[in-house]
Amino acid sequence: MSAQPNPAVAENGRALRWLRIVLPAIVLALGLLAWELVVRLNNIPPYVLPGPVLVLQTLVSDWSVLFQSLLTTLLTTLEGFIAAAIGGIALALLFNQSKLIEYSLFPYAVILQVTPVIAIAPLLLIYLPQQTAVVVCAWIVGFFPVLANTTLGLSSVDRNLAGLFQLYGASRLQTLQLLKLPSALPYILGGLRISGGLSLIGAVVAEIAAGTAGAGSGLAYRIAESGYRLNIPRMFAALLLLSLAGIVIYGLLALISHLALRRWHESALGKDN
Amino acid sequence: MALSGSQADIAGLSVSLQGVTKTYDSGVAALGPLDLKVRKGEFVALVGPSGCGKSTALRIIAGLSPPTSGDVRVSYHGEEGRPGQGIGFVFQEPTLMPWTSVRENVRLPLKLARVPAAQADARIDEALQRVGLSEFAKNYPRELSGGMKMRVSLARALVTDPEILLMDEPFAALDEITRFRLNNDLLALWRNLRKTVIFVTHSVFESVYLSQRVVVMTSRPGRIAAEIHVATMEPRGDEFRTSAAYADYCRKVSAALAPSYSGRSAL
Repeated sequence: MSAQPNPAVAENGRALRWLRIVLPAIVLALGLLAWELVVRLNNIPPYVLPGPVLVLQTLVSDWSVLFQSLLTTLLTTLEGFIAAAIGGIALALLFNQSKLIEYSLFPYAVILQVTPVIAIAPLLLIYLPQQTAVVVCAWIVGFFPVLANTTLGLSSVDRNLAGLFQLYGASRLQTLQLLKLPSALPYILGGLRISGGLSLIGAVVAEIAAGTAGAGSGLAYRIAESGYRLNIPRMFAALLLLSLAGIVIYGLLALISHLALRRWHESALGKDN
Repeated sequence: MALSGSQADIAGLSVSLQGVTKTYDSGVAALGPLDLKVRKGEFVALVGPSGCGKSTALRIIAGLSPPTSGDVRVSYHGEEGRPGQGIGFVFQEPTLMPWTSVRENVRLPLKLARVPAAQADARIDEALQRVGLSEFAKNYPRELSGGMKMRVSLARALVTDPEILLMDEPFAALDEITRFRLNNDLLALWRNLRKTVIFVTHSVFESVYLSQRVVVMTSRPGRIAAEIHVATMEPRGDEFRTSAAYADYCRKVSAALAPSYSGRSAL
């Protein structure tokens, strides 16, 4: 199984891994430098285009406001994501157990998915309390990938393994617990990974649609508000935070997926194994 | 599956098929009518061209697929059993659960039957020892070679101590050397345990080497073309593989198969 590692190959692999970190970093540095130079050399005023240095300064100086907003948005995202995960998996399990339920409800899940959430948000804001409406938006955007992936996973069970469960007289619950859910796990985790980012998008869209001021307002609201006030550096700072939040969410979910699958699933194994 | 009829019909037999046919929903006639009786403790090989319904026949015997018509009887402790009762099944692929260890894979049939853990542990140990994998109990399937995975699959089939072992081209995907070794191991297991084995294979050589009776099937829909009794010394070993008698049996089986491949292409 474990052959002697070839030092040249290992060296090569390490160099490649370094390049994958260093190259994007260089691109980032060059981009920021060019941006700063363009702003300074052309004397572009900050209300038109702030340089990266000013954006960072704003991020530090406005930290207390922005951090509060970040927490608000993250909380909405988390609530929407959890609802999407539970709702998506539960609905997929229900579909898997009964074709009738699947045929009855699946078209509406698709409709909910294909209708742009930005168009639904104003309606939801009329009928639901604002905080609930925002979470519902995050849920609407986030739940479909979990539903679709889990449904796919539950139905792509190895036919012979299913035969084996049948041969040994497995109950429905045993088949679900010991065969279908583990088989579907890589798909479920893939769905959650997509859904995490989408929940953030849903939360942001709803916040922009809600557009309320006050202490409880999220990052998206800060962006809209700063836009009205021509506080462009703060817009950039808030955007930067949102982007970072998205990266962290994705990274966390990818890590969880890797940890859960690393011992057995092809996607989590080294390529040369 | 017809389960009526007197128990006398099954006396001394493990499996009895009468006039069994299978027609798929697409209208393709896959099997039969097939009449096959397998004595208790007998090792029967089913040989035939691709698509002749060998695997279908096994699935019908296991109760995994209902026959379109005909009578299927499987014995369990000398009486007529329910479908699937007392049967171990080995597929062409190892068909292991990749997300858990060798030990847990072998435990599966006992877990599904809700056998108490302490009792199950002893039986798992025994099954793993029989196939020579005791040291690999904690490994995951992906860490094993193709031959070892097949052994796990065999251990899982043996762990319930079935009366009948159905094997569907279990060694077809393995290299020749591994296959020879597993053939010998399977024969040793059969000598010790005296289970009824129905072994589906494409290989003329494998069928003659392993079985007491080779049942040659025609191309689709599969019927019995010939039966060749391999009456030879036990235990069989490499000297049998190189004997004139072995070559003679292989020639007979090949001759019985000839109509399936000398006419129009089965593909």
